[in-house]
Amino acid sequence: MREFIDGSEAITRGALAAGCDFFAGYPITPASGILVHMLRELPKVGGIGIQAEDEIASMGLCIGAAMAGRKVMTATSGPGISLYSENIGLAIMAEVPMVIVDCQRLGPATGGATTVAQGDVQFLRWGTSGGYPIIALAPSTIPECYSLTIRAFNLAERFRLPVFIATDKEMVQTRATVKIEEYEAVEVLSRRLAPAEGEFVPYRVAELEAVPLFSPYGGPHILRLTTSTHDERGYLTKDPPQVDRLNRHLAAKVEAHREELALVKADLQPGARTLLLSYGITARSMVEAVALARASGKEVSALTVLSLWPVPEKAILSALEGVERVVVAELNLGQYRLEVERLACRRGIEVVGVHRVDGELITPQEILEAVR
Amino acid sequence: MKERTAETRWETYLNPARLPYPFCPGCSHGLVLDHLNAALVRLQLDPRQVVLVSDIGCSGLSDQYFVTNAFHGLHGRSVTYACGIKLANPELKVVVIMGDGGAGIGGHHLINAARRNIGVTVLVLNNFNFGMTGGQHSVTTPHRAVTSTTLEGNLEYPLDLCGLIRASGGSFIVRTTAFDPELADLLAQAIAWEGFAFLDIWELCTAYFVPRNRFSRRALEAALEEMGRGLLHREARPEYSRACREAAASQRGRPTLSPQPIPIRHAGRVERKTSVIVAGAAGQKIRSTATALGRAGMLAGLWVTQRDDYPVTVQTGHSVSEVILSPEEIHYTGIPAPDIVLLLAPEGRKVVGKVLAGLGPGTRLYVRTDLLPLETGAQIVPLDFDRARAGKKDMAMMALAAMLADTGLLPLEALREAVSLGQRPEIVQESLAAIEAGQGLLR
Repeated sequence: MREFIDGSEAITRGALAAGCDFFAGYPITPASGILVHMLRELPKVGGIGIQAEDEIASMGLCIGAAMAGRKVMTATSGPGISLYSENIGLAIMAEVPMVIVDCQRLGPATGGATTVAQGDVQFLRWGTSGGYPIIALAPSTIPECYSLTIRAFNLAERFRLPVFIATDKEMVQTRATVKIEEYEAVEVLSRRLAPAEGEFVPYRVAELEAVPLFSPYGGPHILRLTTSTHDERGYLTKDPPQVDRLNRHLAAKVEAHREELALVKADLQPGARTLLLSYGITARSMVEAVALARASGKEVSALTVLSLWPVPEKAILSALEGVERVVVAELNLGQYRLEVERLACRRGIEVVGVHRVDGELITPQEILEAVR
Repeated sequence: MKERTAETRWETYLNPARLPYPFCPGCSHGLVLDHLNAALVRLQLDPRQVVLVSDIGCSGLSDQYFVTNAFHGLHGRSVTYACGIKLANPELKVVVIMGDGGAGIGGHHLINAARRNIGVTVLVLNNFNFGMTGGQHSVTTPHRAVTSTTLEGNLEYPLDLCGLIRASGGSFIVRTTAFDPELADLLAQAIAWEGFAFLDIWELCTAYFVPRNRFSRRALEAALEEMGRGLLHREARPEYSRACREAAASQRGRPTLSPQPIPIRHAGRVERKTSVIVAGAAGQKIRSTATALGRAGMLAGLWVTQRDDYPVTVQTGHSVSEVILSPEEIHYTGIPAPDIVLLLAPEGRKVVGKVLAGLGPGTRLYVRTDLLPLETGAQIVPLDFDRARAGKKDMAMMALAAMLADTGLLPLEALREAVSLGQRPEIVQESLAAIEAGQGLLR
C-alpha cells in the first residue's frame, strides 16, 4: 500500500514510535509543521507539547523535561539553531538526551524562509563553544525521516547528548508517494537507569567512553547537574585532572563508537572512476544522476551519507577505493566537501564540488556533468 | 539518601559536608539560604521531590549547599529548566534561585512563566548589581547609583520586578529583604503555592554595591517601605502543568497520526515523468486541487510529489503548486521545465512568468482567456470560464478536469474518487460539480 505524505509527518510519526513524550518548539518556517503535529499528537499518548516563548526556552524546557525522565524533541530551522546554541552546549556538558530537528533553509540570517538549503552542516557540528562532538543524521527519503528519527532517539538515549536530524525545507514540506512497507521497524531503546538501590553518583563512568547511568528528578535518587565543569557527583570543580577527564569523556563517548554510528547507503559499481557522494535531499538528485549515467553506459559509484556526524570515515574511505575522482553534491558552498577532501587527499583523489545556494535543488543533470 | 518513613523528620536540608557558604562577609545570600532551609524544614518535603534550579552569578553557587536535587544552568534560563521539570513531573517542588542579573537577561522567561501561572517558585536574590563579575549595573540598579559600568551614576531607571510579574499574571508575589524575620514563612507559603510564586528579595552586596554607594541596611529598608513590602499579591488561578494534563485527558487514547493508504484502482496512462504546475491566487483552492491531482495519480498507480509555494499571508497573493507524476519512484522533486501548466490568476502569472517565457511547444499551457496574451512558446489552450456553469472558486478543479479530459493523462474517474478522499460531503459535491463543468470548457 502507498500513502502521500511529507517529511514533517514522517518525523512526527517516528518521534511517537520512539516514545517521545515531550516536545517544545517555537514557530519557524519550515519547521512549524512538526510543531503543529507534535502539539496535536502528544496529548493522545499522555505526552506534553508546548509552544515556548522563544527558541531558548524551547531548549530549556526540553532539557528540564529530559532530566525529569522524558524523551524529548524540538524542531527549528537555522535561525533557531543559532538561539539553541548555548543550550546545545549545556546538553553536551550535562549529558542530556535530546533530539533536535533542523529543517534547513537558505541562510545566512533570516535568509530564505521558504527555500531549500543544506547550509547548517558544519554549524550543527560546531554550533556551540568548546567543540565537543554531537551526532547528526540526515534522512534522504521520507521513510528515512521516520526511521532515522527513531534512531536519533535511540542514540540520544544511549549516548546522552543532543542528536540532530539534519533535514531541509524540501524534505519536510514536499509531499511524496511512499510505500508503507518501506517504513523500517526500528527497535526502540531507552537510557540505562541506575538501580533504585545503592549509591547513585550522577556522572560516574568506569572508563572515558562509557555513559553514566541515569536517574531522573523525582526518581529514587538525588540528581545534581551543572552546566559548569564538574566532578562525578555533579559539583563544580576546576581541579585539572577531573576537568580533563570530564572533557575527554564527552569526546570519547562518541569517538570510541564512531564506526558503529556510521550509516551510509553505498551503490558501488566495479571499475567506476567517479564516486558521487551526497546526503539529504541532494542524494535524491544523485540517485537520478546515477541512473542517467549508467543508462548512457557510464560507470559510476554513489554513496549517500546518512550519519553526517561523526563522519563515517571508514565507509567513505572504502567507497573511495579505486576511484580517481569524487564529486560531492550539496546545497552549500562545500561544507561536507571539506570532510571528504580530508579523507581523499590521503589517496591523491581529486575532489569536485557541485553546489547551489540559489534556493533551488541541484538537478540530476548538474551532477551528471561532473561524472567522467 | 535515607528512606523517609512516617517518623523521619528532616532537621535540615543543608549539606554539612559542603558548608560553610562561600559568600563574601556581610553578603545577604547566606541569610536567604538559611530562610529557604527553614522553609523546607517547615514543609518537610522529601529532598528527592525538590529540585533547586540555580542561575549564574553568586546566587548560582547556592544549590551546592543543599541535599535536594539540583540543576545549575545557563544565565537567565533557569526558569525554562524549572518549567520543563515541572511540566514533566508536576509532583515535584521546583525552586529557582537567581540574581537580579538573571532576572534581567531571562526576563522573557519570567514574564511567560508568570503568564502561564506554572507552579514553580522563583527567588530573585536582588542586590542591585552583578557581584560575580565585579559590580556592573543590572536592571534593578537604582537611578544615580554608582557601579563599575555607571561610574558617574546610573542614568537608567530600575525595573520593578514585582510590578512586572504582577502585570504578567504571577499569582503569588512578595517583595521583601533578606533580613525579614518572616521570610522563611513567606518562602514556605510560596513553595506550597500551586501557581507561579515570585519573591523579589532585596539584599546587600557588601563587595561592590554597598561600598560604592554608601548603601546600608537602613537605606535598603527605607527604599523597600517606599515600594511596598511583604505579600503584595495572591490570587488563585489554574496552574499550568495541571491545566495541561486536564486538557489532555479528553485526548488520551485517540488514534495518533498513522498512514492513510491510497489504493491503486485505476490504470495509469502516464508512461514517463510528467510535471504539472498549477499557478493561481490564494483562495482559488490551488493546493487542494494539486493534492486531488496527486491522489488521482496515486489511485492510478503512479508515484507523485507535490510542492506548494505561497506567501506568508492567507487569502491574498499567489498560490503555486508543482505536481510530478511518474510510473517510477521520483527522487529529484524539482521541475526544470513543466509538461503542463494550469494558469488561473494574475498572481500566479507573476510567479511563473519567467518559466513561461522559457517554454517551448512541448508544454501545454491551459490558461484563463483574460490572462492572454502571454509571452511564451508553449502551446496555449484557452479556458473560457464565462461559459462554465460552476462557481468560479472551483476554477482550478475545472481547469484540472479540462486538462485531464484533453490529455487523457489520468482517468476522470480517478479524479472523482480522489476528491472524495477524506473530504466533507458538501466539499465533495462542489468538487464533483466542478469536474463535470470543467470537462465542458474545451467543447
